[in-house]
Amino acid sequence: MSARFIAPVLMGIFMLVLWEGLVRAMAIPPYILPGPILVAKTLVSDWGTLWPALVVTLTITLQALLAAVLVGGALALLFSLSRWIELSLFPYAIILQVTPIVAIAPLIIAWVDDVDVSLLICAWLVAFFPILSNTVLGLRSVDRNLLDLFELYGASRWRTLLELRLPAALPYFLGGLRISGGLALIGAVVAEFVAGSGGRASGLAYRILESGYQLKIPRMFAALVLISAAGIAIYLLLSLISHLLLRRWHESALGEER
Amino acid sequence: MPLVRVRDVSQVFANGVQALGGVSLDIGVGEFLSVLGPSGCGKSTLLRLLAGLAEPTAGTIDWPQGRPDLGFVFQEPTLMPWTTALGNVALPLKLRGQARSEREARAAEALAGVGLAGFEKSFPRELSGGMKMRVSIARALVTEPKLLLMDEPFAALDEITRRKLNTDLLALWERTRFTAVFVTHSVFESVFLSQRIAVMSARPGRVRSELAISAPYPRTETFGTSADYAALCRLASAQLSDAMAA
Ligand SMILES: Nc1ncnc2c1ncn2[C@@H]1O[C@H](COP(=O)(O)OP(=O)(O)OP(=O)(O)O)[C@@H](O)[C@H]1O
Ligand SMILES: [Mg+2]
Repeated sequence: MSARFIAPVLMGIFMLVLWEGLVRAMAIPPYILPGPILVAKTLVSDWGTLWPALVVTLTITLQALLAAVLVGGALALLFSLSRWIELSLFPYAIILQVTPIVAIAPLIIAWVDDVDVSLLICAWLVAFFPILSNTVLGLRSVDRNLLDLFELYGASRWRTLLELRLPAALPYFLGGLRISGGLALIGAVVAEFVAGSGGRASGLAYRILESGYQLKIPRMFAALVLISAAGIAIYLLLSLISHLLLRRWHESALGEER
Repeated sequence: MPLVRVRDVSQVFANGVQALGGVSLDIGVGEFLSVLGPSGCGKSTLLRLLAGLAEPTAGTIDWPQGRPDLGFVFQEPTLMPWTTALGNVALPLKLRGQARSEREARAAEALAGVGLAGFEKSFPRELSGGMKMRVSIARALVTEPKLLLMDEPFAALDEITRRKLNTDLLALWERTRFTAVFVTHSVFESVFLSQRIAVMSARPGRVRSELAISAPYPRTETFGTSADYAALCRLASAQLSDAMAA
């Protein structure tokens, strides 16, 4: 608890004070760089516009993450069951992964009528790969001897999957999930930017764009703060889930207890 | 009539490595047999063949009385970290579709049998190396197998724990008289435990000689420090050297 918690908080306070101090001392106008106090005030005064935008972005992010878990997890299972399916599909999963989302977002937004659906697809595209590749790795990393043991006692393929491969893959899956959580948010925000610059309004990123056009820089900062806060919250939440699921047995969850 | 008759069994792996080069061996019902050989001579390969986890490239393995139920103890504890000692021991029963209450009762009994009563709810990470090995042995014994295959089960343990587990293993064996095949590269261990030692040559492995140990059971510390024991160890050691030189 102590140093791990206090050190970053002190550092944060110091940076904020420095920021506010510099802005005041150098009399930087708010449309160039607003101080943290002004940003905080804007956050409160513009809450009426920012909150609904945050809800939109978070909804897309969480839906995309859920879709990533379902599709990524299901594909990983398929891959582990059939080498052929894996060989034929995995390269395409990689292609989807390495293609920058900004490059394909305009296409998807143009093709899909519903903005929210197109944003969801973009965020999902960015988020699903870590879950897929981590889960595939996990399903494969089962102790050889344990596999032999299951064979020895005549366990079916299905039984082995359920009782052995899935639990063994869980830590890997959860690692992928934590990465995907952040990526889903990034994907959603990037897609919102692309959609926003095309005149289709949605979410926090659109508010940032809009504030930029209108030179409402404090509001832009307030929106940025919200995005960061959302990212941190998602990461903490997923870490907590992971910790709760693994704390009884997995090495990764032990560090904090000792 | 032996439990199993191994004849001229060879095993060549896909990468061209020949692990076994014509192993012939009979194993009697209720016998305690040690397989002694240098590292890499194919001992684990032979055990896997006996367990039916692989098919020999050449030669035959006959079970005149049919394939018995078997238990397998790996070189490492090989426990599932996500479940408790009880859950691990109950696994074979679970895979056979036994009801929860029944399998947990039997697993608890098996744990008590290896001196781990009270540790049912412990996860593998909460157990010492020796305790994990005991859990592994309990898991192999929970189905009351007719044949117990053990692959250097105590190789990674310290001398004190190892001695204790050797004694415990013999006590278990004397109680139920399953057939035991105990792979080891320790001359002392093989002499202390077994009724017969099959000495294997270096790779490609084959049984070069056999040595009967007629000392009566129960074998205790007294046997372990006797002149007979020392003489037998010397004999086994000489045979092992011969087998490795050949
Ligand atoms: N799956 C495999 N594919 C290829 N070669 C293998 C395989 N398994 C074992 N071998 C080789 O076969 C030989 C015998 O291996 P094995 O594991 O049976 O030896 P061992 O007598 O049990 O040795 P140790 O005492 O070190 O455990 C070794 O040279 C090993 O490299
Ligand atoms: Mg071995």
